[in-house]
Amino acid sequence: MAEFFLELKGVSKSFPGVKALDNVSLSVRPGTVHALMGENGAGKSTLMKCLFGIYKMDAGEVYINGEKVTINNPDEAMKMGIAMVHQELQPVLPRSVAENMYLGRFPTHNYGPLKVIDHKKMYEDTAYWLKQVGMDFDPKAPLSDLSIGQMQSIEIAKAVSHEAKVIIFDEPTSSLSDKEVEVLFRIMNDLRDKGVAMIYISHKMDEIKRISDDITIMRDGTYVGTWPAAEMTTDQIIARMVGRELTNVYPPHPCTPGDVILETKNVCSIHEKSFQDCSFHIRKGEIVGFGGLVGAQRTELMEAIFGMRGIASGEVYVNGKQVDTKTPRKAMNAGIGLITEDRRGNGILGCLSIKDNTGISIYDKHLKAAIVLDHPTINKIVDDSIKKLSIKTPNAQEHIANLSGGNQQKVIIARWLANDPDVLIMDEPTRGIDVGAKHEIYEIMVELQKQGKAIIMISSEMAELLGMSDRIYVMCNGHIRGEITDPADMTQEKVMHYATMF
Amino acid sequence: MNKKAFNLKDFLINYGVIMIIIILVAFTGIKSPNFLSHSNLMNLLLNMSARLVIALGIAGCVITAGCDLSAGRIIGMGGCLAGILLQKADYSGRFIQGGKPMNVILAALVVMCVCACFGAVTGSFIAFLSVPPFISTLAMMEIVYGLNLIVTNATPLGGYVTAYTNLASGRFLMIPYLVWIAILIACISWFIFNMTRHGKYMYAIGANPQAAEVAGVPVKLTMVMIYAKAAAFYGLAGFMLGAKSGGASVNLGLGYEMEAIAACTIGGVSVTGGRGKVSSAIIGVAVFEFLKAALQFLGVNANAQWIALGIIIYIAISLDIRKYVAKK
Repeated sequence: MAEFFLELKGVSKSFPGVKALDNVSLSVRPGTVHALMGENGAGKSTLMKCLFGIYKMDAGEVYINGEKVTINNPDEAMKMGIAMVHQELQPVLPRSVAENMYLGRFPTHNYGPLKVIDHKKMYEDTAYWLKQVGMDFDPKAPLSDLSIGQMQSIEIAKAVSHEAKVIIFDEPTSSLSDKEVEVLFRIMNDLRDKGVAMIYISHKMDEIKRISDDITIMRDGTYVGTWPAAEMTTDQIIARMVGRELTNVYPPHPCTPGDVILETKNVCSIHEKSFQDCSFHIRKGEIVGFGGLVGAQRTELMEAIFGMRGIASGEVYVNGKQVDTKTPRKAMNAGIGLITEDRRGNGILGCLSIKDNTGISIYDKHLKAAIVLDHPTINKIVDDSIKKLSIKTPNAQEHIANLSGGNQQKVIIARWLANDPDVLIMDEPTRGIDVGAKHEIYEIMVELQKQGKAIIMISSEMAELLGMSDRIYVMCNGHIRGEITDPADMTQEKVMHYATMF
Repeated sequence: MNKKAFNLKDFLINYGVIMIIIILVAFTGIKSPNFLSHSNLMNLLLNMSARLVIALGIAGCVITAGCDLSAGRIIGMGGCLAGILLQKADYSGRFIQGGKPMNVILAALVVMCVCACFGAVTGSFIAFLSVPPFISTLAMMEIVYGLNLIVTNATPLGGYVTAYTNLASGRFLMIPYLVWIAILIACISWFIFNMTRHGKYMYAIGANPQAAEVAGVPVKLTMVMIYAKAAAFYGLAGFMLGAKSGGASVNLGLGYEMEAIAACTIGGVSVTGGRGKVSSAIIGVAVFEFLKAALQFLGVNANAQWIALGIIIYIAISLDIRKYVAKK
């Protein structure tokens, strides 16, 4: 047997406008757990998707047990003994454990052209494989009866039933309880003893140190290096994850903070696993960044403050007065605006025009005789913002769906500028946007700051977070773990330090 | 590529159904000239008037990607309620013995208000309890029918005051009053759809309910209002149908909801939400009524006419969907 069961050599992958992977290598020994680490957007998931045949790599080679192979789709990957336990499970909840395990490959009795599902074999096989991973669920139980962690063990059992020699775990513990993590690690240790190679993607340092044998670190789509896990300290790992040159492409934003405009006290989610005890404040004329890893519950916190999610306890104050923000409309009336992360899902009104998309938040303010919309004024506001934000469109009647991502984002910004909130929350304001439009959005933010608006920016892009924020809160695992006020302290290391305080 | 070049495919996708109907109407007009006579056209308009009011009500539901199955039964209730309020004082089979008939306009308003209350209940289940529109309106359909049966004891109503039946026979500027009512409702609908917050909110909810909520749209209240307004329109339609036939029974309006939904979609109100105008409802209703009348004049078997209606729905929706599918 070759020293490395799985080898990836010189993998590159580009998406329009972005080089996601640049000459990345990864070598995994059999019977080991190989941790793959890196910041948000370092290219870990992209690399795994290339390996699994979901993406086609532009360049690079894959060797399995010393033999060169090509993998064109997940089906081929599974046939070659590679399995993936996804971060987001996609189970068919109302159906049984066994059906979920054998979905798409049900064992059948064949009577000529007629194929009848062999339930007996399916249930027996399911029980057998579940036993292999030390689980004994009833194969007939509906999947919805199980917890997320238990569903994950079903996924693992499924991988094992494929007799996978390589199993990829993409942030498997992000939604597991401590007890479930223990179970997962026990299964992983068993698999290791059986000689299975595992690739483990996670941000949790203590878990990495506990379970992994080797660590490969990636940064900005490039390969940084591979080290034995036992020889690395947490600080060393962080230093290698973030060690990049920051180029200064951000507009200057001198900050002269005024009075506190928004303040929260001990805000807790109605969900145990979401944000808890979050207290923060923002002053007029300030850009406050919220840093953290994906899954730190920053979006959930902001959406809750804007009335899109439930708050179990805690208070929100605007201008020193406690306000009710149970619905987005109430939050809007309290002077808060939110530009959501999921532009397509809850940002744009796809089949409506730019005018309707912009005007939607200001109809209350522009009425004649209490009910008739003041179309001339609204048209003027819309036309002005198209010009001011240089939205590229023939006219205001154009459907927003026909615009590019950057221009759609500008329309959403125009919507909130028209509404003129005191506090504007921008959740990943430059995600999926080309460099030029990004810079324009930064300038809009600075312009708003000069007008004395308060801006909260959630950003998973380290450079943007450090480049645009006057002050930074860092969240991890639903809690605000740190506040960085001194510009001298605004370093990648500091942010990562707080962001991995699980 | 010159964008203004005539593109036969696009033309057919956009106007296919209307072309079919125009050809059919022209053909019928040539074969039997009576089809385009003044009296027949007036009759067609009269048939269209109540249908249009129903379609305009249901259009609001369809634009928010919903539907309203209770329309037909609420029409029946509106018709019966109008009948109860507008029977002649000396009519022997009077529903309320010894009562006096109400003012016609006042009766219409009462009918609309009562029906709107039922619509508000339907809408509340949809908005506040997240019951899917299909189910919520289905439940209301059954409830309204039951109530109507209990109240009227399943007895047909008749003996209306002439002021009421006059709405169908009487004319202003050569056009029956009922048609004027439909025109008035179309104008009010246009105003609501285009000139009020409510209309803009309706389109926004249809386009993307989550995004609408995040943009500060009072989604729940708007939904309740849409279903209440729709039910008020159905009630008015029931009132109009009662005037036209001079009587009403519990089965008045049965199945009209399906025709109205079909008419809306034929005219271009998208069942996926967010798209549709007042003109869509007008075109849809016109296509439907002209098709029915033309087939009748051509002597097509009455039973076979249903098949033709079904085929037109297939063609219309397949073409309509093309507009959006192709754009992706």
